[in-house]
Order: sequence, then C-alpha cells, then structure tokens
Amino acid sequence: MTASGRIVRLAEQQRAEVHFFLDAEMRGALAGDTVLTAMLASGHALRNSEFGSEARAGFCLMGACQDCWVWQEEGPRLRACTTLIAEGMRLRTQPPENWP
Amino acid sequence: MSAVASPQIVIVGAGPAGIRAAATLVDAGLHPIVIDEGQRAGGQIYRRPPPGFTRTPEQLYGSEAAKARALHSLFDRLVEGRRLTHRASSSVIAAHQGRLHVMAERGVQVIGYDRLILATGASDRVAPVPGWQNAGVYSLGAAQIALKAQGVALGRRIVLIGSGPLLTLVGAQLVTAGADVAAVLDTSSWRRQMQGFWGLTARPVVASRGLVMRARLGRCYHAGASLEHIEANGSGVVAVRWRDAGGRERLTSCDMVGMGWHLRAETHLADLAGCTFAYDEQWRQWLPRADQMGRAGKGVYLAGDGVRLLGADGAEIAGRLAAAACLSDLGISTASINADLRKLKRLERFARGLATAFPWPKEMARALPDEAVVCRCENVTAGSIRDSIEHGGVEANRVKSLSRVGMGRCQGRYCLLAAVELVAASAGCAPKDVGRFRGQAPVRPAPVGAFVGEG
Repeated sequence: MTASGRIVRLAEQQRAEVHFFLDAEMRGALAGDTVLTAMLASGHALRNSEFGSEARAGFCLMGACQDCWVWQEEGPRLRACTTLIAEGMRLRTQPPENWP
Repeated sequence: MSAVASPQIVIVGAGPAGIRAAATLVDAGLHPIVIDEGQRAGGQIYRRPPPGFTRTPEQLYGSEAAKARALHSLFDRLVEGRRLTHRASSSVIAAHQGRLHVMAERGVQVIGYDRLILATGASDRVAPVPGWQNAGVYSLGAAQIALKAQGVALGRRIVLIGSGPLLTLVGAQLVTAGADVAAVLDTSSWRRQMQGFWGLTARPVVASRGLVMRARLGRCYHAGASLEHIEANGSGVVAVRWRDAGGRERLTSCDMVGMGWHLRAETHLADLAGCTFAYDEQWRQWLPRADQMGRAGKGVYLAGDGVRLLGADGAEIAGRLAAAACLSDLGISTASINADLRKLKRLERFARGLATAFPWPKEMARALPDEAVVCRCENVTAGSIRDSIEHGGVEANRVKSLSRVGMGRCQGRYCLLAAVELVAASAGCAPKDVGRFRGQAPVRPAPVGAFVGEG
C-alpha cells in the first residue's frame, strides 16, 4: 500500500489518512489530496490516452488541459486535479465495460 | 431587495486582478458577483491549499507572502461581510449577449450581467518537444501548484525545460523543498538574456531576486540548451535528450519533466464575449484589444494576465483600473488612477524585457519532426498539420477542421501557438497571417446532463 508512485511527498504529511478504491483495490491517501495526488502517490498514471499507446498522468494541474479526467465506478468522470479525494471513492483507470 | 436596482457587475476570476477589481467596486457601494474555478480565492499564483494544510504564507509564497496575505484577507472580509457574492468552484463555460453560463457541481445556471470584468489569468505557454505526450511531462505551473497546494513533487528526479521567470523560480522552489532537480534547461542563451537587460532594470529588486534564485540552481542550470527528445517507457518519462550551448549531445535521466516558456493569456471568454484580438509580435500570441484601463467594448473589461502579461503585481493594478473604468462608464466617480497608470508603465517595460530575454522557441516549433505530437489531447502530429495545408490552405480554422489540431478537450490552449508556427513556416508567411482558432463554447468540457433542466 505504500508502493512508490510518481509523486514524492515533501511537506504536510501530518494529515489524516483516507482510503479509496482504484480498480477495486484499496489505496491510501491523505485528507486534502486531490484525486490526482492520491492516485499518483501509489501509481504512475491516471489513464491511457484514447489516441495513442502512452499513459497519461495530468499536465497543467489547473483545470485547463483536461488531461486528467478519470473514470469512477459509478457516475460521471471527474477531473482529478480539481477534485479532492474522499473516503470510499471508487475510481478506475479504464472505462467501464458497458461504455460504448 | 433595494428599491433602486444597481447595475449587476460580474467578475470572472478571483486571482490578484479579480480580487482588486471586486474590492474597488465594493468601495463604490456596488455588490459584484465573483465567479471562480478555485475552491478558495487567490488565483494560481496565490493559490491556497485545501483546508487542513498548515504551512504559512511565508513558506508558501516566499518574498510575496505579504501580498498573498493581503489579498486573501481582503477577499475573505468582503465575503464574510456579504459585500459580494462568491461563486467558488464554478466555471463560466459560455458568454453570450449579456448572459454567462456557469457550471458548478449542481449543474449549469445562467447569470446575466450589465458589465463584465474578465480576470481569467494565464496558463503556461508551452511548446511541443517530441515525446511530450508521455506521463510525467507537466507544465512548470503544474510543478509549482503541486508543491504549493499539495506539498508534493511530481517526480523523484526532475528536469525543467523552457525559459522565463517561472523556470528559475520553480527550480529554486523545488530545490529548497528538497526535491531532486537533475537539470534546468533554458532554451534562451546568455546573449539573448542580456538583450532584455534594459527592460529588466525597471524592477531591480525583482531582477536581482531572480539572479539569487538562479545562483541557487548552481551547476544544474544550463543556458542556451536545445531540446531534442523526451524519452519514455510504458510507465512514463525516463530521460531528456538535449544539446548544451556548445552543441554537445547530453542525456539526463529523470522521471518528470516540467516545461514552460512564460505565459499564455487565457482568452476564450474574451473571445466569446465579443472582444477583438491583435497578434503581439513580442509575446508571439494573440491578445484581446483593450485600452490602458482594460475597456474592451460592449460592456466588457479585461484585467490581468488574460489581456497583458504583466504578472501578479500588474494584475492587481489592472484589476483596480478595470473596475475604475467600469465605474466611470456607469457615471460613478472614483479615486485618482494616475499613480496606478504610472506603475503600469514601469511594469510594462519590465515585461517587455522578459519577453526579449526569454523568448518562445519558435525555431524549435518550426523544425518539429513530422512524427512529433503537437496536440496532446488527440495526438495530432506535426506531419498531419503540414499535410492539411495542402488540402485546405493557410488558415488556422481550416487547419483545425482538417487535422483536428485544437479540437481536443483543451480547445487549443496548449497547441495553437505551435500549430500556427508550423503552418507559417511551411507556407512562408507570418503567424499573424495564419490567424487563430475561434473560441467555441463550452470553454470547459461539460457533460450533457449539466444542461438538463436548464431554464
């Protein structure tokens, strides 16, 4: 669960721990993390490009580039850089199977 | 409700420009609506972390902490005193005939305005480098936001590329925070940087602060670098291939790249609100036309980096001036603006110095290999943009509809400038003759469901 991800925490590590699910697997994050921070704390990407073979991990972090939209198990996609992680959130790196 | 309807003024953006504009209007007895995408006011430069973070403004903003504190507390006081209406976490996705379409979590709502002040700021001006579509490539602004608002570095070993004040600033901030910065590659040569010297003397304190930060980077800073390729494997970036000022090939391993060449004005809403644009040769981008006060016509006022790239201090002044112009046009008298206009002149000289010293790398964009991705949204390549000229001619929107460059989810924010340089180079004309992508609503992706029930 403390698997090394893309990001390195340099400050503000005294926050409460929260848990979320990524592809049905439980992951840990800190309260106040964005979804982007939470996912990249233990992983290296947020999604795969629909137009190429490469993985994507966000780009601008200010809601302008739209590179960081991720799927939820239920409900609409969310923009990972502007959404805070919440306890029990269920996210996925791939579109749901029933997505056309 | 008061008996006499006062004009409804809407401000978009709660950074330094938007906050100063709002305070100026409140001082004159008006009650503006301030719409902002952030959860808390401050904009990107004075962005505040989410609740629960404990670093002080001094730790977050360094030499600019007093300015950040002043703006945050001013805005919070106005909100608490109910002197304005703050629509946080809300995106204006369209502007049409005095009405804004505002998207928030609860859906899209229409807000009408008599006067509109756009303080939409800027984002990084980026240039494609082959391989930049891979995971682990971020804008310089992203690296700074991650550090400020989340307390994290976006990689274990970092290479920063680009040119401009943010390159040095982000590098120094990351080093101070304990991140591993392997190299800072400035595409501007020392000679080129010296050409901006006269302009930079307009703000000697700011310029010398930059030199101190540059010194902190030490031997990892390289002026006059050429960028060749960002190498990646399946999980993202692994190295940057580049040449130093002497032409020697270098390979620096890293798992994160931050890139940026100063700023690109955020102008989509100005476009939809009916502003006209002019190509600015020095900034190498289209900027909306406005007078010195920010008047853009049709009841629209522009302030801050979204109209003139003067940075945060300039944005505070421009915010006050735009509000003063708005008040004066409504027949409401305001305090003297002469001191602000004088300060603005000095900041403009400094900004021109920056533009000269740290130019956008047009030669690099023009020489992109055909297989290089220009549009990160849809992986449109330089080659397909060049091909589209043969079929559709030399015009930005024709190139867009044929090649799809600029049609992705970022709506051309990160590819327009490079695409236009490519087209201009192939056709042998100037970028301004290629034109610019027309802004299209919605300016942020909006789910269809957001419009259901809109009335």
